[in-house]
Amino acid sequence: MTGSVYPVTTGAGGVVGRAGRRTTVVGVSTISPDEGVARRLKALACTAPLHDLDARKGRLEWDAVGYQMAEIGLQAIDQVTLAMDFDHGADHGEVVRRLLPFVGAQVPHAPREEHARVAQWVIDNLVNVGSIDRGFAVEYGGSDAEGNYVRRRFDFKLLVEVAAPDGGVYLRASDEAINVLVGALDTDVESAQEAAETKLETLIVRGRLGDARLAAEQARYRTVQYAESLRRKLEATRRDVRSVDWLDAVPALLNEALTHIEARYRAETMIKANIADARDEATEPGRRRQAAELVEVVDDCIQRHTQLQARLQEAGAAFRAEQDRQQFSGRPQRPSVDVFGQLLRPSLGLTVSAAHDPVAAFFTAGTGVSNPVVPSLGGLVETLLTPPTDRDPFGSEVPEPELAPQPAERFGADTWAATDDVLPRAGRDGDTASVRLSDALARARTAGEDLPQLVALRAVHAVGTAIGTARTQGDPSVLIAVDDGTVLADPEFGGADLLLAVAGVTAGRVTAGRVTAGRVTGGRVTGDRGTSEE
Amino acid sequence: MSDAEAAARLVAFGMRPKALPGRDPDYADLVRRYREDDDYRDTVQRVASGLGLVVLAVDSAPGIVLAATEGSVFEIRMDSYARRTALANRQADKVLHGIAHLAVAALAFPRPDDLGDDSYVGRVSVELVDGAVREACRVLDERAAGPADPESDAPQLEEVWRVWQRRPEATATKDGRAGESTTRGIVGKALRFLADQGFLVPVGAEGAYRTTPRYQVQVRELAAQRTFDELLSLNVLPAGSATPSLVSGDRGPDDDNHSRAGGGADV
Repeated sequence: MTGSVYPVTTGAGGVVGRAGRRTTVVGVSTISPDEGVARRLKALACTAPLHDLDARKGRLEWDAVGYQMAEIGLQAIDQVTLAMDFDHGADHGEVVRRLLPFVGAQVPHAPREEHARVAQWVIDNLVNVGSIDRGFAVEYGGSDAEGNYVRRRFDFKLLVEVAAPDGGVYLRASDEAINVLVGALDTDVESAQEAAETKLETLIVRGRLGDARLAAEQARYRTVQYAESLRRKLEATRRDVRSVDWLDAVPALLNEALTHIEARYRAETMIKANIADARDEATEPGRRRQAAELVEVVDDCIQRHTQLQARLQEAGAAFRAEQDRQQFSGRPQRPSVDVFGQLLRPSLGLTVSAAHDPVAAFFTAGTGVSNPVVPSLGGLVETLLTPPTDRDPFGSEVPEPELAPQPAERFGADTWAATDDVLPRAGRDGDTASVRLSDALARARTAGEDLPQLVALRAVHAVGTAIGTARTQGDPSVLIAVDDGTVLADPEFGGADLLLAVAGVTAGRVTAGRVTAGRVTGGRVTGDRGTSEE
Repeated sequence: MSDAEAAARLVAFGMRPKALPGRDPDYADLVRRYREDDDYRDTVQRVASGLGLVVLAVDSAPGIVLAATEGSVFEIRMDSYARRTALANRQADKVLHGIAHLAVAALAFPRPDDLGDDSYVGRVSVELVDGAVREACRVLDERAAGPADPESDAPQLEEVWRVWQRRPEATATKDGRAGESTTRGIVGKALRFLADQGFLVPVGAEGAYRTTPRYQVQVRELAAQRTFDELLSLNVLPAGSATPSLVSGDRGPDDDNHSRAGGGADV
């Protein structure tokens, strides 16, 4: 809170009444029962876009009934919240990529493109692409100062697109979204964070690590939210030095933030040490893993605090530099209007209809003169006298397209398809079936002339299969070849009689640094790290 | 060259956004003549007035600065500027465009001194302008007394800061530029338009602009005054003062403020 007080001028009829607005001061309750209802209605409204996703999925032109859209929506807000840091929002493509495992887990047999499309659709809908304000609005009612029933509009956003200094557009989760996500609707940031951490400590002491993980994640969301509000304040003070009270408010703000970070840092380090103990003492692998994950979450919290702290320390220097730049100037040479304070701010406080005249006056007076476009008489006569051109009903001539020579394909699409029949394939022979290269060659030879060569080439290529590449490309399975020492006896090709088989590519999970193997069909996808093959 | 012709020539120079006395010796001669020859000055003003123009200033740096009188063919109207907006929020959109122009001037000349000082050159960019307006909106939001949300059936009674705050600052578009109806799009349009009018000059590659003396004259001598009067007629202005009202809290005289600010900077 900057704490700066300058007089706010409000338009005629712009502001109705002075009572009733909820304050951010802790402990002062000015909330009437009526407002309590309004607040709950608003909190409820924030979840509406999520329900709406599931309600509308049946009306899409593609089949999306199998997806739990609200769930994906919450995951999307989660991922954006976790990916956004102090300076940037979350990259659009990155969020889609992170969502893929969750979407894929719901309908595993659907192609990867569909998963990406679902993720994209959910994000677009949470941004509300297509509306001019890119947000949501809900109506609610309440009585005004005179006791009359008034309908009001509550505007809110879930995911917000923001511009970064590099010109890109990033996603950030709004406060409303973070509140919906955490479930603690309309609470004070700091005290909620304290509460989350107290809960975390209690849970660790009682050994309930599963719940502790949940609480740790909540603490992390709170941390992100706190960073976000501080970022906004710092940005504002840096942009406009004089909008802030330098004597008291700024130092107080920075001190408060630093003290806060210090306390959180100490608390989190302590929690981390406790969990590390819990992790080392745990004998059951499940608990060990839970504790390890918890350490990771708390680590992230600490890292975020450190980042924030670095910013706060730089802020002081930035303020001083700005002040040097802005404060030293001569005396006013002639009385002038203060455009910001006397014109812009009052205009912003007016209602839309009242503000029209002043801002239109500024526009007309502040944009100079225009040179009206006047056709010259000579040009006009010429234009009028020019006979109309005959339009060819068939349109103009189609230009001869310049064709680039097509690169020669050694093997046609048919040959490729035919080798697919000869080589083992996922789903047809089952996962475990494998074929000898010699058998494959023999089968290929009966089918066509070019086939054996392509089969041999694909087999050789399969020796060095990069699982990572296949995973990046999103292939469901990959052909692998293993040399088990058998020598190939073939009239055309020599070398090893390779063992050809398909392996499924799936996402596995990391447990205490070890990759667990999972099968395409059996493994439940819980993370996007690690690869497993069978 | 007759007086009338020379006078009309000077007025014609004022119609060219990019013409400057510093670049054109003829122009510079006419400006000097205007400043020295009272009869010539009178003729120039009569020619301008006959055309529906007012001479705001004539000086060696900005050249002749003209303004259109109301209803003149040279007047730039908001309706034609903000033509391409959806009918549904036309009024709100027009106000946003006006606010963008006001904010460009406010950020180009942050203090009254800057507007008064002929040697001052301001720098503005889309980020700076939109950021400052958003911050002002946020402060108004924090300070707003009364109901937190606008009435739903009277959009024209909604405060301007709410409209600006609600509008997204940028949207992802296919060609990677900010969407036209976003606040950054609106500010960007204002900056480009002012650059075309010879009021701003692009500097550097990052979308920054510097002000020209002509813009300073235009804002100081006409636009700010007119808006000031409009706001006065709406009864929303406090009595004007020479110190910048941007500073928060109670302030002493200017010198005192320097020392206070310096002392408070130790964080």
